[in-house]
Amino acid sequence: MIEKQKKFTLASLVLVAAMLVLVIVLDQVIKPTDSMSMLLKVLQKGSIYALAAVSMNLLNGFTGLFSLGHAGFMLIGAYTYAIFTIPSDARDVVYQYYDAAVRLSFPEALSSVLGPFGTLLGVTLAIIAAGLVAALVAYLIGLPVLRLKSDYLAIATLGFAEVIRAVFQWGKLGPVTNGSNPLKSFVRINSFQIHLGGVSVSLSTFVPVLLSTVCIGLIVLLVNSTYGRSFKAIRDDEVAAEAMGVNLARHKMLSFCISSFFAGVSGAGLAMVLGISQASNFKSAMTYEILLMVVLGGIGSISGSCIGAMLFIAASEWWLRGLDSGSFLGINAPGVFRNGFRLVVFSVIIMIVVLFFRRGIMGDRELPDLLSRRRRRRKTGKGGGSNG
Amino acid sequence: MAENVLKIENITMQFGGVVAVDNMNLEINQGEIVALIGPNGAGKTTAFNVVTGVYQPTNGAVWFQGEKIVENHPQGKMKQQYKGQHAGEYGQVLSPTPDAITKLGMARTFQNIRLWKSQTVFDNVLIAKHCRTHTNFLAAAFRMNRREEQEQRRHVAELLEIVGLSGVKDELATSLPYGKQRRLEIARALATEPKLLLLDEPAAGMNPQETNELTAFIGEIRSKLGLTVFLIEHHMDLVMDISDRIYVLDFGKLIAEGTPAEIQNNQRVIDAYLGVAEDA
Amino acid sequence: MDLMNTVLPYLLSGVSVGGQYALIAIGYTMVYGILRLINFAHGDVFMVAGLMMVYLSASLPLYLAVPLVAVLTVLLGFAIERVAYKPLRTAPRMSVMISAIGVSYLLQNLALYITGGLNKNYPTIPWISDQITVFGAPTKRVTLITPFLTVALVVILVWLINHTKAGMAMRAVSRDFETAQLMGIRINNVISVTFVIGSFLAAVGSMLYFSNYPGVVPTSGGMPGLKAFVAAVFGGIGSIPGAVIGAFIIGVCENIIKGLDVILQTLGVLKEPLELATFSDAFTFVLLIVILVFKPTGLFGEKTTDKV
Repeated sequence: MIEKQKKFTLASLVLVAAMLVLVIVLDQVIKPTDSMSMLLKVLQKGSIYALAAVSMNLLNGFTGLFSLGHAGFMLIGAYTYAIFTIPSDARDVVYQYYDAAVRLSFPEALSSVLGPFGTLLGVTLAIIAAGLVAALVAYLIGLPVLRLKSDYLAIATLGFAEVIRAVFQWGKLGPVTNGSNPLKSFVRINSFQIHLGGVSVSLSTFVPVLLSTVCIGLIVLLVNSTYGRSFKAIRDDEVAAEAMGVNLARHKMLSFCISSFFAGVSGAGLAMVLGISQASNFKSAMTYEILLMVVLGGIGSISGSCIGAMLFIAASEWWLRGLDSGSFLGINAPGVFRNGFRLVVFSVIIMIVVLFFRRGIMGDRELPDLLSRRRRRRKTGKGGGSNG
Repeated sequence: MAENVLKIENITMQFGGVVAVDNMNLEINQGEIVALIGPNGAGKTTAFNVVTGVYQPTNGAVWFQGEKIVENHPQGKMKQQYKGQHAGEYGQVLSPTPDAITKLGMARTFQNIRLWKSQTVFDNVLIAKHCRTHTNFLAAAFRMNRREEQEQRRHVAELLEIVGLSGVKDELATSLPYGKQRRLEIARALATEPKLLLLDEPAAGMNPQETNELTAFIGEIRSKLGLTVFLIEHHMDLVMDISDRIYVLDFGKLIAEGTPAEIQNNQRVIDAYLGVAEDA
Repeated sequence: MDLMNTVLPYLLSGVSVGGQYALIAIGYTMVYGILRLINFAHGDVFMVAGLMMVYLSASLPLYLAVPLVAVLTVLLGFAIERVAYKPLRTAPRMSVMISAIGVSYLLQNLALYITGGLNKNYPTIPWISDQITVFGAPTKRVTLITPFLTVALVVILVWLINHTKAGMAMRAVSRDFETAQLMGIRINNVISVTFVIGSFLAAVGSMLYFSNYPGVVPTSGGMPGLKAFVAAVFGGIGSIPGAVIGAFIIGVCENIIKGLDVILQTLGVLKEPLELATFSDAFTFVLLIVILVFKPTGLFGEKTTDKV
């Protein structure tokens, strides 16, 4: 039993490593002018959204807390990351109308001591800081709101996300947040390159994929630990969980903060990918989109969320592009296929999934479950599959 | 002095104007099996909910192993509405959440089965062991608690053996037949390592044979695990068979207390169950 | 009265916006009362009503466009319920809520496609868009009309609910869904009526609301929708008078905050502006949290307890 589990863990690690190597190779082979360059864009953005979706799933799918504050925590992460990585020479240009209050760039400060490794360490620290600030804010918000029941919790967290956005756009905080103007010029994914004897290796796809792989791995470990099991107990039956000694307040808060931590990290990742942090991008529509990714993949399935996010980004950014620009699948109809049609088709598809395939792509199963037929039979065959 | 495991002292539970439990006093000693019986709606489950922290009583106190764990007195609007007795005697407010009480060593089952539906039989019991873990979430995520985890899994396997569910440990909890689900609930409660086990109608919905098995089973776990058992039950066979003492509740009030033989011959109890001819 | 002159315009538009929120809030509170569903799409129905007015008034005279918008909005609300919520009647509540979010997403994207994301100018409805002066404060006539019209509609609605058979059925369903069904009430009809009323009021609300604003964009429905929902929660979800009172309170507070910089400067409390207007939207949600924490059932809501 334990031997088998070890083998399984080893196999998945090898698979993940192979995937990461493949990403590096793809990054070198595909040129920015190629038609396949969209693949890289999808991988970059998709992996970050996968992390966002998984972190939302931890809360909504595994703990049963229906929270809609994700965009707010991602915003905090994106800003925290940006603020602490803007290099000093770019600072005054970015903070055009304000006198920048934070005059510390982690990568810069550390690279002056440790060289290139210091830059990497600085970026890592900024990402962790992004998560920690988001988790701290989540803690403060959680104190009042986590007592609320299902839909009230949803609306309260949605509201707090709006409050967060308002605070970051507030002119008086301009020296820190740059008011309603964007933050830019910070360290982004295409800043990562290795020079190996004259050949430069671009890591701009590897970095976001690695970031979210590591974070999702941590979430998987947590979900399968004794704490993750208690989260699921809270989801299935709160009263029973409490009667069996699970401290509801503490565990809900824990789940909320961990979820927000990774939301913050994904916000930082998004900032790295987009090269810009602006509060007006983090509207409730963003939370809805992430929620729809989770639903698409299956609530309560981590691999489902990853697949859902990748499909969502690939479809909306790449495959359905033609719907916006005149011709799609060889059909030429510029009158119908104009700006915005893609999103209409896309939302119709999503409504179909929501209405007719309520369990999403994966239901509450994970990829390995699909591989082992014995477990699949057990899970779906005996009455577990009826409710979504 | 005989050690009290549980002592319910002047407990009154009033919902708005309705007095569900009226000035209840009850004691359970170490190693006893005590039953709480009474007609439907007498307030038995309410009493359980007060003891396990689901409800905060309106007045009175609960002691567990010589320590006061729950105490309350009428406050706010309830001050005027309060219909019970002993109003001025309790000054403190002690109202721990159910999980805190479970950690003290008291575990319960539910009248309407409340298993975790999406979890397997094994995991249902394993989750109940969570309240005895000492690792924090980081250590647990990074698997630094391997020894503890293995110890817990071993104990869970042992418990499933005791309740006779080892063969179905990988099934979904909800796929089990009713009788086994009730046993699983007991196993889950035992996993929290209780000293006092509260069973809320453990035989509800069971056929006579299953009930007999359960009767034997409760006696067995009591002696094997050194438990004290407090149970609510309607199956009189079971109650009379295994109880050391019985309390009878009617309209929120305790009307009798004694050994099974005494209760069987108590006129008030017979009246409560069968009704009294109303002669005016 | 320097202060009076400063505060009055904000107060006026607050009462007006409050009335418009109230009309939307009724849709939320009625649907929640019956289905226990936050109809996230309701704000977008309100936005679509605004867009329909823009397009219809371009080709039709107003006396035709106005009733037609009301009818089409009602049909839209009805269709949304039938297509997106009815199939999920037995599904977990979270699924229905997700479906509502999906509908909201669809309506916004559809609006984005049709308008091309451009701001559409709302037509001027004669008489109600006229400029008038109240105590020296210039405003549109709609500002004055809104509260009266709102109160009148609410009185009619409450009367209907208390004195007609359909109203009785509605009250029964909101009390206990299953039992009402067992007593022979046609649940689906009652739910449809609820959506029809809610959508009709949203259509009226949109005419009043957008008359006061320069135009309609696909996201116009989001904020008013959320605020109306908060108003419904504030008043005690399921209670119509509660929703109306909540909406007026939110409308007034929000507008006072918009003008807080100016007001405080007039009072001499502030030397320079603090840009507090940024928080006019945020305030609504702070209010929501406060009410949910201290009185989760709202001003007029009924208390429910979970049975163990």
